[in-house]
Amino acid sequence: MPYTLDTQEVDTARRSFTRGIVALGGLAIAPGVVLYHSAEAKPANQPVSGKQRWGMLVNTNVCQEDCDACVTACNEENGLWSLDRPATDAQWIRKLHVKDRQTGHVTSLPMMCQHCEHPPCVDVCPTGASFRREDGIVLVNKHTCIGCRYCMMACPYKARSFIHEPLQDQLPHSPRGKGCVESCTLCVHKVDRGDNNTACAEACTKDGHQALVFGDLNDPDSEISKQLKRHGGSQIRADLGLNTGVRYQGI
Amino acid sequence: MEIVRFSSVEAKSAQYWILLGTLVLAALVGYLAAHHMDVEGHHITGMSNQIVWGVPHVVAVFLIVAASGALNVASISSVFGKVDYKPLARLSGLLAISLLIGGLIILVLDLGRPDRLIVAMTIYNFKSIFAWNIFLYIGFIVVTAIYLWMMMERKMNRFTRPAGFIAFVWRIILTTGTGSIFGFLVARQAYDAAIMAPLFIIMSFAFGLAVFILVLQASYAWTRRPLGDALLWKLKILLGIFVAAVFYFVLAYHLTNLYATEHHGVERFILLDGGVYTLLFWVVQMLVGCVVPLVLIFVKPFSQSRQMVSLAALLVIVGGLAQLYVIIIGGQAYPLVLFPGMEESSSFFDGVVAQYTPSIFEILLGVGGVCLAMAIVTVGVAVLEFLPESLSDKALKLESATP
Repeated sequence: MPYTLDTQEVDTARRSFTRGIVALGGLAIAPGVVLYHSAEAKPANQPVSGKQRWGMLVNTNVCQEDCDACVTACNEENGLWSLDRPATDAQWIRKLHVKDRQTGHVTSLPMMCQHCEHPPCVDVCPTGASFRREDGIVLVNKHTCIGCRYCMMACPYKARSFIHEPLQDQLPHSPRGKGCVESCTLCVHKVDRGDNNTACAEACTKDGHQALVFGDLNDPDSEISKQLKRHGGSQIRADLGLNTGVRYQGI
Repeated sequence: MEIVRFSSVEAKSAQYWILLGTLVLAALVGYLAAHHMDVEGHHITGMSNQIVWGVPHVVAVFLIVAASGALNVASISSVFGKVDYKPLARLSGLLAISLLIGGLIILVLDLGRPDRLIVAMTIYNFKSIFAWNIFLYIGFIVVTAIYLWMMMERKMNRFTRPAGFIAFVWRIILTTGTGSIFGFLVARQAYDAAIMAPLFIIMSFAFGLAVFILVLQASYAWTRRPLGDALLWKLKILLGIFVAAVFYFVLAYHLTNLYATEHHGVERFILLDGGVYTLLFWVVQMLVGCVVPLVLIFVKPFSQSRQMVSLAALLVIVGGLAQLYVIIIGGQAYPLVLFPGMEESSSFFDGVVAQYTPSIFEILLGVGGVCLAMAIVTVGVAVLEFLPESLSDKALKLESATP
């Protein structure tokens, strides 16, 4: 039989098969592609960037001498508890009372890791367990801290604590363990999940004092930057040139 | 000088085994104390968040500093060409390695996580002097071991001088690193001083030689080998010079601090009203560890007695431990100054002198480290030929000098 081109008959079975294969393939790839894009968009999966520099502003003028709401909130948030051994109990934040010998004037302020731009603890740490994130938060890598305590010798703010005993029931977001050094994390778990605040600052605001303002020092429109621009702020031991992330007003 | 004959000590006598057994037992007790600290946590020690380095660190730093100083005797012969000291060079190297191992073991066992030693050996932050010290300490053991090999293997003798030179330079850098642990602490009133490195070097000269003299005298007395006066007098005079040099550096450190008003607080604390630290500084460090040894070494009739040489060396060691106690623990006991000129108080011991009472575990760990070092020496002299058969004036052809 001669081969003819005039046939109008279309091989529908082949077409539908091809269509089906393409659709199936698309269906198989689509979720991956979609998930990939959405994963990329998640801030928590993005590396920390130096665009932000997280910091804290302490207004000592409104910080109440007899209030320790920030300390209590920190302890609860991070699972720190006292064992009634003041010399060895961990303290990430403490209330410091500073009295002027000349005038007798007393200033009350919270003292914690100052999240320095040039942290002495990071400089001296032999294993690099003490480190500074791009966004300015100074942390201890609990997997590589060997417990030599050189960082505690080097910290000008007495901000670090050594864990002197075995611990149980730690909070998942706040890993702690015997033999390692730890300090204020600037509630890094809250920052990373987008709370943009710390437990201490929240507690201070809740109590109506508003002595603590957490925020991005690099963002000129943030509350902390605006307040610092308007009223100024000073660093503790500014002479050391560490460029601290925690600033104080009224000292 | 005639050819000096070296021989190993015969490990046959009951006394030898009693000595070795005691040292090993004490080292083992030290290890068990450290293990207990590791299991229970450091709260059972006297250390705290205020005094983070305690007695283990005092003893460890003493041993590390003394280790580099102990090598001086060898350096004097190979680097500075004083042949009279050559017979002592092998013991000098052995002692240096042993003391360093003893000190390092203490430091490692006191870590919060001694199980993570592998982390410290594999991950380095090169801005930390601690990280550099890991290399310097291990390198020192290797360099000194090679130096000993050059000295003890006849075919390699011609390399003794360059090996000795490398070991000498290495030990100077090593002690600079040890002193800089404190010199680099910018915020602490008692530290943050460039003089810490040279101070530690001169301390190492004195402490290392004092340990060397005692070990030399003990090993020659117990093995009944002759040890002449002439060599001992040389070592004694050298010890006197080193002790005087330590005094000079301590004087320079405190005078410089006293000139700066900023440091008056910490100086007042150490020199006047620091309680145990003031007592340790004036009575043990300065009087017992400095003035008395100088009298014993240079003033007749004390200077004519061999026993007084031992006593002087012992007192230099006691004074040295006190000096490191004052530097390390006294320096931490004085509160950090966050607001100069202000009074500070908090629940975290701001503004108050930190309390510290060493626990038995820390002391046992420290003693254990010392005993481990001595056990290594005891085994070493029996296994290899470290000790000359005779160090009599006649054997060494030294003139019997009277001091």
